[in-house]
Amino acid sequence: MDTHPGNWGNPRPHGGSSDLDILRPVDGLAPAPSAAHGSSALPVSRTQQPIVTGTSVLGIKYKDGVMLAADTLASYGSLAQIRDMKRLVAFGDHTVIGASGDMSDWQHIQHILNDCIIDEYANGDGHQLHPAHIFEYTSRVMYGRRSQVNPLWNSLVVGGFRDGKHFLGYVDLLGTTYQSSTIATGYGSYIAQPLLRKQVEGREDELTEADAAKILDESMRVLFYRDARSLNKIQRATINPSGVSITEPYSLQTEWSFAEGIKGYGAIYE
Amino acid sequence: MSSVGTGYDLSASTYSPDGRIFQIEYAGKAVENSGTCIGIRAKDGVVIAHEKLIHSKLLVPGSNRRIQTVDQHIGMVGAGLLADSRHLVTLAREEASSYRDNYKTPIPAKMIAERVASYVSAFTLYSSVRPFGLSTIIGVMDVHGPALYMIEPSGVHYGYFGCAAGKGKQVAKTEIEKLKFAELSARDAVKAAAKIIHMVHDDAKDKEFELEMSWICEESGRKHQPVPADILQEAERLAKAQLNADEMEED
Amino acid sequence: MFRKQYDGDITIWSPQGRIHQVEYALEAVKQGSAAVGVRSNTHAVVLALKVGLVPYTLAFTLHRSSGELASYQKKVLKIDDHMGIAFAGLTSDARVLSNYMRSEAMKSRMIFGRNLPVSRIVASIGDKAQINTQRYGKRPYGVGLLVIGYDETGPHLYECAPSGNYFDYLAMSIGARSQSARTYLERHVDAFANASVDELILHGLRSLRDTLQQDKELNINNCTIGIVGKGTSFTVIEGDSLQRYLDMLVDTEAPAAAPTAPPAGDAPADAAPMETD
Repeated sequence: MDTHPGNWGNPRPHGGSSDLDILRPVDGLAPAPSAAHGSSALPVSRTQQPIVTGTSVLGIKYKDGVMLAADTLASYGSLAQIRDMKRLVAFGDHTVIGASGDMSDWQHIQHILNDCIIDEYANGDGHQLHPAHIFEYTSRVMYGRRSQVNPLWNSLVVGGFRDGKHFLGYVDLLGTTYQSSTIATGYGSYIAQPLLRKQVEGREDELTEADAAKILDESMRVLFYRDARSLNKIQRATINPSGVSITEPYSLQTEWSFAEGIKGYGAIYE
Repeated sequence: MSSVGTGYDLSASTYSPDGRIFQIEYAGKAVENSGTCIGIRAKDGVVIAHEKLIHSKLLVPGSNRRIQTVDQHIGMVGAGLLADSRHLVTLAREEASSYRDNYKTPIPAKMIAERVASYVSAFTLYSSVRPFGLSTIIGVMDVHGPALYMIEPSGVHYGYFGCAAGKGKQVAKTEIEKLKFAELSARDAVKAAAKIIHMVHDDAKDKEFELEMSWICEESGRKHQPVPADILQEAERLAKAQLNADEMEED
Repeated sequence: MFRKQYDGDITIWSPQGRIHQVEYALEAVKQGSAAVGVRSNTHAVVLALKVGLVPYTLAFTLHRSSGELASYQKKVLKIDDHMGIAFAGLTSDARVLSNYMRSEAMKSRMIFGRNLPVSRIVASIGDKAQINTQRYGKRPYGVGLLVIGYDETGPHLYECAPSGNYFDYLAMSIGARSQSARTYLERHVDAFANASVDELILHGLRSLRDTLQQDKELNINNCTIGIVGKGTSFTVIEGDSLQRYLDMLVDTEAPAAAPTAPPAGDAPADAAPMETD
């Protein structure tokens, strides 16, 4: 603890992090190597690629809310390392974030956002962060880190529903954001996004919760067939007027018998 | 007051010849004029109550809460200078948050009490600052269950089953001592606290007051929350009825 | 009188448990011309008396009454679209605090994309002010603020004092002879909740008028209004656009002059001794 009277009551130099830390420019991207220590002349380098990764997250709007889906796999390269990873997490009573990309960075993001939520709770003044506020904050964090050339290696989907308003937004490691009635990250942006658009766009006010669940399950199944870094164990998050609910992980039924007839798959008979 | 004019009472870094630090004792005087605060540790939760004196009828009813949340599982109230109390809550929030940053788990009761207390005590060591005019009651629910601490302006702090600070401290303490903590549920504690605050309040002498109460227990989801309005109203109704009945008996 | 030796320093408690320097700072607020705030269920308004030159310094009392030598002091400041303040006391301290408030409001927009909740900014001003009451070498702020704003939880009116205290009010007044205004506000407090915007402003004007010296009247030059509320961004009303409200004030009182006049007339006389509380 800082016991110097001159510093009491002032913001802490490190420790208690300020909201503005994320906006501060990075100092000395590539400090001159110290000749005295004869250290390597290589410039400072930061994260170059994700390590343990999660794959696609899907999100759609429907009549009564917003629904997200993701599988529970965290891959170490091509190794299916962790099979019960929670990639859909609620923040507050009205928002869920789904994360693909580096899972340790994702855990760091959860940590930052939880601090935020607790701060908000402690104020106890009736104000709560809306989904749009959490999205804005997350995008500032992501863009701030990217501007320090030290990105958090994720694509995030922020889904929320509050006061009758739907929210569905995307933010990635570059700080790029957009909002749409269907969002898919990673491999899903190639494979699942067209499926989602076809079924959701223009029907946002008609689709029921059951429809939405069916659309996501079906898209997740397609992804499992196509994406070698995916798993058929998935979770779905629903955000509607009664709040947030996230399913326990459940398995999608898949059918592989057709594979027998495909040349080059499985045992090879000449 | 024997201390006055001796010159030994002008700084927190000065002892009097008989080994007292008068500045700390004077800070304690600010606590004695404050609305009464009490804390009760029941078997399944902690209850904090405050007799919020209403200094103007222009105030928004029910606002300006004095019991504050430090972290999801910690509540705090200070008898004494309101601004000092808020400062200390801010400090406590920083401590709780930094503990979470380091250990990814809520700060234990003992730790938060110790950290806040050592901050308070640091303000009794130098002439460049004044001690806090505050007795602070901290209620916590951690992995070990409910806990209650009180910190004095000197930085002295103890764990309690029940504690009181402010104007009605003596009467409140006497009442609290009658409670059977081993059998007390959080709901019982709410009723007891309502009765005690109504008892210490002198309708003839004191300003009007609002009873402010919060709890951390299973019923509140182990989170620090204001006691729900219906439960609080019922407790106040019971308290008033009981006190009236007691008075009748005396007459 | 032993009080003297305990009142020279911010870091000294008196034997009665008081901090005299803080109490003196509260007096500085009373040196400034009055400001009044009133709140309904949908809107909040602040009104302030503007005086010529710097209102705080007693040496300028002369100018305060002659008044026309210099431009009038700004007394109502916009913080953000949803928030503004009126102040009484040291103008320079008010600037420091309003600058801080503006940058906090911008930070909130930048980081969360939301209007800074009024309760939050008021709390952090309280924290700032408290620091200045506990450390050697600092002095408490010499200014009182009335902060009005409209956010998700509705309209708000807060008073911020040099002691670091802040309170959520239905109506409040600060500054010179503000007790007279408070007397008016306390008498009519039940009427504010459902008052229309015009009624709210009229209540404000009447209470502000009660703080005037006896030979003075409200006019478009010595008065400012700030308003914010549901569907209304913070707006300052001053100069010619004030005339409408001053006319209304006259109109509403013409028929019912009898009941309102006596208390207004008495106020300055009995207000003086009450200034000390």
